[in-house]
Amino acid sequence: MTVKDAPGGYTDFHPRWYRRPMPVFWWVRRRSYLAFVARELSSVFVAWFVAFLLLLIRAVGQGEAAYQRYLDWAANPFIIAVNVVALGFVVFHAITWFNLAPQAMVVRMRGQRVPPSMIAGGNYLAWLVASAIVIWIVLA
Amino acid sequence: MADTYPDVTADTGTDLDTGTITMRVTRYRPEDGELEPTTQDYQIPLRKDWAVLDGLNHIKDHIDATLSYRWSCRMGICGSCGMLVNGEPKLTCEAFLTDYAPGPVRVEPLANFPVIRDLVVEIGSFMRKLPQVKPWIIDEAPPPAGEHRQTPAQVAEYQQYSMCINCMLCYSACPIVGLDEHFLGPAAIALAQRYNLDSRDQGVLDRLEVLSTDEGIWGCTFVGECTTACPKHVDPAGAIQRYKLSAATESLKAFVLPKSRRARATNGPAPAKEGDTP
Ligand code: SF4
Ligand code: FES
Repeated sequence: MTVKDAPGGYTDFHPRWYRRPMPVFWWVRRRSYLAFVARELSSVFVAWFVAFLLLLIRAVGQGEAAYQRYLDWAANPFIIAVNVVALGFVVFHAITWFNLAPQAMVVRMRGQRVPPSMIAGGNYLAWLVASAIVIWIVLA
Repeated sequence: MADTYPDVTADTGTDLDTGTITMRVTRYRPEDGELEPTTQDYQIPLRKDWAVLDGLNHIKDHIDATLSYRWSCRMGICGSCGMLVNGEPKLTCEAFLTDYAPGPVRVEPLANFPVIRDLVVEIGSFMRKLPQVKPWIIDEAPPPAGEHRQTPAQVAEYQQYSMCINCMLCYSACPIVGLDEHFLGPAAIALAQRYNLDSRDQGVLDRLEVLSTDEGIWGCTFVGECTTACPKHVDPAGAIQRYKLSAATESLKAFVLPKSRRARATNGPAPAKEGDTP
């Protein structure tokens, strides 16, 4: 059989390319792909925390009774479960984010490039300080 | 006709104890009416000094001359021998068979490109993306009479991004390239960064138009696999994130500063230091 007689319309000048479809579950094939999808998903939980805090602020603004209702609602086991899951995702989000920061940031001090470990370290330090301040405010 | 060259495969001096390894190679022969790729197993000698590419060459020379694949330099510099080895994008001239022993070692064409035949992929999409980022020095001013000198610090600024050999392993590793065929992709964006960070170049804002788009830097979601795959340590993922940062700063500057003050993106080259004469 010559090239041109072959089924499928193959010619010398228009070879029939094979395009591999992207499998639906491409993201479970590799740990880094899974981590990436989880990081993308974690933004939903970041948004949830923002909404949760906005509701708190609104309740505080509406006075004592509304605040108490908010607290009762937040103590509901379902909401607690959601918050625990959300905390896990937000911590994952923060840690992967901080670890990626040195790749995105080039910081110079006196003409020298600051080593990547220091950039990541700086981020973690800022996180610790911010957390300490929050804890201090809450406990004080 | 007598062989002019010694038959290296007959030399058993460096054979490992294991003797042979199976290569499971993707075949696709549209000229024979095949509609989908198939795999074919070949038994080849397992030698300590053989890379996957040497195995393919052995198959081509001694077992099955119909196998098609690309290669040239055998030393990791031409960038033409990229394939998936056990699912990972690799330069086959740099991937040693012994690392995959006892096998079988799977050899497939690069992912995210259409296959023309066997292990040969169609790279037109990549070739069309590269020039879009204007990978050349843009400078309105006439070039200097002599050389255009740079300090070692100015060269160090972009050197990493100039090491790319266009092997496309990063395109094969990137799921965004697979999902959106118009995404400019890691190597093209790293190449844009290579020129942006060059002290002789003034084209940052020109390139920003092409790059600060959904199909440019903002298409990237920082999976990071391009950097893992890159055999030349270009770190395209890092290049893209740096680019995002400077593009964001640039648009902020455009918002608050008068036009004349909008110079180079924040990640631009370090100013030459005193006593650092070119
Ligand atoms: S950036 Fe690295 S992996 Fe991508 S084409 Fe260039 S050398 Fe190959
Ligand atoms: S043959 Fe040139 S890079 Fe492998």
